[in-house]
Amino acid sequence: MNYRMVFNTIGKVLRIESILLLLPTVVAMIYTEWWQAFALFITACIAFVLGMGMVFLCKPKNRFVYAKEGLVTVALAWLAVSLVGALPFVISGEIPNYIDALFETVSGFTTTGASILTDVESMSKGMLFWRSFTHWIGGMGVLVFFLAFSGKSDDRSIHILRAEMPGPIVDKVTPKARDTAIILYVIYMALTLVLLIMLLFGGMDLFESAIHAFGTAGTGGFGVKADGIASYSPYIQWVIAVFMMLFGVNFNLYYLLILGKIGSFFKSRELWVYLGIIFTATVAIGFNVFALYGNIADTVRISFFQVSSLMTSTGFATADFAQWSAMARTVLLMLMFVGACAGSTGGGFKVSRLMILIKKTVNDLKKVLHPRTSTVVKMEGKRLDEETLNGASSYLTVYVIIFLVVFLLLSLDTGVASDLAVETNLSATLACLNNIGPGLGAIGPMSSYAAYSPLSKILLSITMLLGRLEIYPLLLTLTPMTWLKK
Amino acid sequence: MKIIVVGCGKIGKTIIESLVKERHEVFAVDSNPDVVEEIRNLYDVICLCGNGTEYENLKSLGVDKAELFIAVTPSDELNMLACFAAKRMGAHYTVARIRNLENNDASLDFFKEQLELSMAINPERLAAEAIYQILKLPSATKVETFAGKEIAIIEVLLSESSALDGISLMELKKRHHKENFLIATVQRGEEVFIPKGNFQLKTGDKIGIVISKREAQRLLNAFGEAQKSVKDVIIVGAGTTSTYLAKMLTSSRQAVRLIECDQKRCEEVCELLPDNITVIHGDGMSQELLMEEGILNTDAFVALTDREEDNILISFYAMSQEVPKVICRAERDEISSIAEKLGLACMISPRKIAADVIVKYARALENSLGSQIETLYSLMNGMAEALEFKVLSDFEYTNIPLKQMKLHENVLVAGITRGRKAIIPTGDDVILPGDDVVIVAEGKRILSLSDIIAR
Repeated sequence: MNYRMVFNTIGKVLRIESILLLLPTVVAMIYTEWWQAFALFITACIAFVLGMGMVFLCKPKNRFVYAKEGLVTVALAWLAVSLVGALPFVISGEIPNYIDALFETVSGFTTTGASILTDVESMSKGMLFWRSFTHWIGGMGVLVFFLAFSGKSDDRSIHILRAEMPGPIVDKVTPKARDTAIILYVIYMALTLVLLIMLLFGGMDLFESAIHAFGTAGTGGFGVKADGIASYSPYIQWVIAVFMMLFGVNFNLYYLLILGKIGSFFKSRELWVYLGIIFTATVAIGFNVFALYGNIADTVRISFFQVSSLMTSTGFATADFAQWSAMARTVLLMLMFVGACAGSTGGGFKVSRLMILIKKTVNDLKKVLHPRTSTVVKMEGKRLDEETLNGASSYLTVYVIIFLVVFLLLSLDTGVASDLAVETNLSATLACLNNIGPGLGAIGPMSSYAAYSPLSKILLSITMLLGRLEIYPLLLTLTPMTWLKK
Repeated sequence: MKIIVVGCGKIGKTIIESLVKERHEVFAVDSNPDVVEEIRNLYDVICLCGNGTEYENLKSLGVDKAELFIAVTPSDELNMLACFAAKRMGAHYTVARIRNLENNDASLDFFKEQLELSMAINPERLAAEAIYQILKLPSATKVETFAGKEIAIIEVLLSESSALDGISLMELKKRHHKENFLIATVQRGEEVFIPKGNFQLKTGDKIGIVISKREAQRLLNAFGEAQKSVKDVIIVGAGTTSTYLAKMLTSSRQAVRLIECDQKRCEEVCELLPDNITVIHGDGMSQELLMEEGILNTDAFVALTDREEDNILISFYAMSQEVPKVICRAERDEISSIAEKLGLACMISPRKIAADVIVKYARALENSLGSQIETLYSLMNGMAEALEFKVLSDFEYTNIPLKQMKLHENVLVAGITRGRKAIIPTGDDVILPGDDVVIVAEGKRILSLSDIIAR
């Protein structure tokens, strides 16, 4: 293991975090929240000193990075960024408990949007801004950001890109990893900007537009109001709903659009399946909740908003879906599991991975009927190799095991009223592992995770990180096998 | 620059590695998924698994926007076809590896013209030429000749009892003031220097001397580093490189013994080569056989089998038998650097030579202002470079004495060819339009002649 290179990179990432922290500092200063500005600035200084220290102490002797180093770098960098990012909340005293602050920060960076805050509206503007800004940074990835703006591109950066980008197949759109990272971020920034402007048009003020643009772009879900998006105008709800859906699309497809390959954009099977699921779910839920809202316009808007929000793992809400009928809630739970497209900012199991597994299973079933059939699994017109197929199957296995373990451990917590506990714990596990945020039962969109004990919060924080990094990086970092020399 | 490389075998991989180092945008194509996966993990490139002659594949790579298209699959025919397709689809320049001996010069020229190939490379032939150059000047571990064939840069390893041990470059220059030479690079261990006047040479250094080619032998005599010229050579392994080399050597009247273990190949070689070459059927790894064939009296020993481990082992044996000059073919960096540490000075890698040629070609395409790259050699295991530029009339620094030009730290003007005259420059010499200028640089990538000026 090339420790020096790993910690050197993490040091550089912390340095970037210190620069990013200056933005909320400025925001806090604009709103003359001097104490909050001070807390953010001190954290920026701490991050800078830590980062410089690591860069300085860990001068790499060689720059060789293999898959193992890539995975460990990504996992540790996310941990480091979260641990430091939680400090402003504690220093400013707005979330006095460090574990609560850490939960909130991890939830921010992993774009989960699960909150322990019982009263969001009492938070200062500076802290709200930082909370939502973590969504935006975490959405496309901390390391991808580092790759795009660090200047140097190594041959082996593909390992880092792969470890951080979600999806079963990660490939570059340009020969150089750095160019790919830049392109992804430029698309990301441009889309965020368009969203921001459209929100401003809807009469939202600049601060709230920025917060909601960050929350939507990163598919995070932190807002500024206790009732989420419900009190905003239908126009704003539509804009956010559509943009959540857009941010759940594979960003490589947007690059194809820029290149003018509109044909290949619309040829993507994953895109159609993704849109198809959203459409079907919207219709199904629409019929089911029609009685609650009474008119078609409201019903369509509300059901499309929740579907888009949960499918892309954002977690904004315009209705308290925890109160919906069993069928509607079940559909939402399923959407949570499926998640967005690979290569997007959304979380979840990923549409393409599910497609691969279903195709593989269909082939295997065919084999049972006709033992001599020869089959291959194709995706986007290309044959998938054995490794990708096995990768998807074993990912499902690990995913299910982790899900069950977390679900079991969470049941030890007595903080939630026991008549709601099973549904709440189930949806909490699902919501954290898939980076969605609100769940059902006691943690519905209009309530919070405050009821859980500190140990459960740590467990759920780890679950969120596992979900965002697609399990392997963090899991392998926690395995002694990775660190032993044998 | 956008470059597409078809064929990621041994040569393709080396070429990709060099091009990525040069920061080009490289697209790699190979039909073997395992190879593609390996390249994908090793280098910052886009990979495509498939046939490089397929229209659809070439189209998806955007071949019409490619500056350079390189086909280096094992098959000549495939390379030619891929280049032909790429050219027709809009690639600017195409390079194919064409190496079959049967493709003699006339047919090569024909195909080159008809397929509009920009260049045909033959790594085996390039390697044979490099070995031939060394055998002509056996005291050197490497000889590179620049355009006009007047100036050469030779690498010499200072032996244990070297007369140069401990003296500084200034003293050396004083001691040999009659000869016209310049020590351009020194490799000590893992480090490479462009030495200044007070630099002291040490035993074990590998020095790069820029010199007019005619004076090379005389200078080495004066240094006490000369070895007697090579009259007969034993070559182990009768691959393509060996046959080219044997041909070259016999045409300059050196006696060649070629040892090959495959009976069929022996017969083929006999058919191909002139009659005065002795082809021996036997195991080149057998010390008994080598003794029988007179390894004790031979002037030079060249190990060119396909297995580099064998080459290195048998080369060590030849060294232990005090053969004056031992040359060994080794491709893998890790192996050759170990062998070099153990004392094997002269290592040849056809792949690296081919990659050098491609890199030179890519750089020549890239630069346009003031000067043109004519030659590029990597020196000291790739840690330094020697480049030759043709000076065009719009170069701004003509007619200024070198000592008044502010050059970059690790850059040296090492030679000027003016007409047929070779100048090893001192501070008073000037660069004129029409000259060929040789630049030696360490740690810096020189694209055009104006890059040597510090700004």
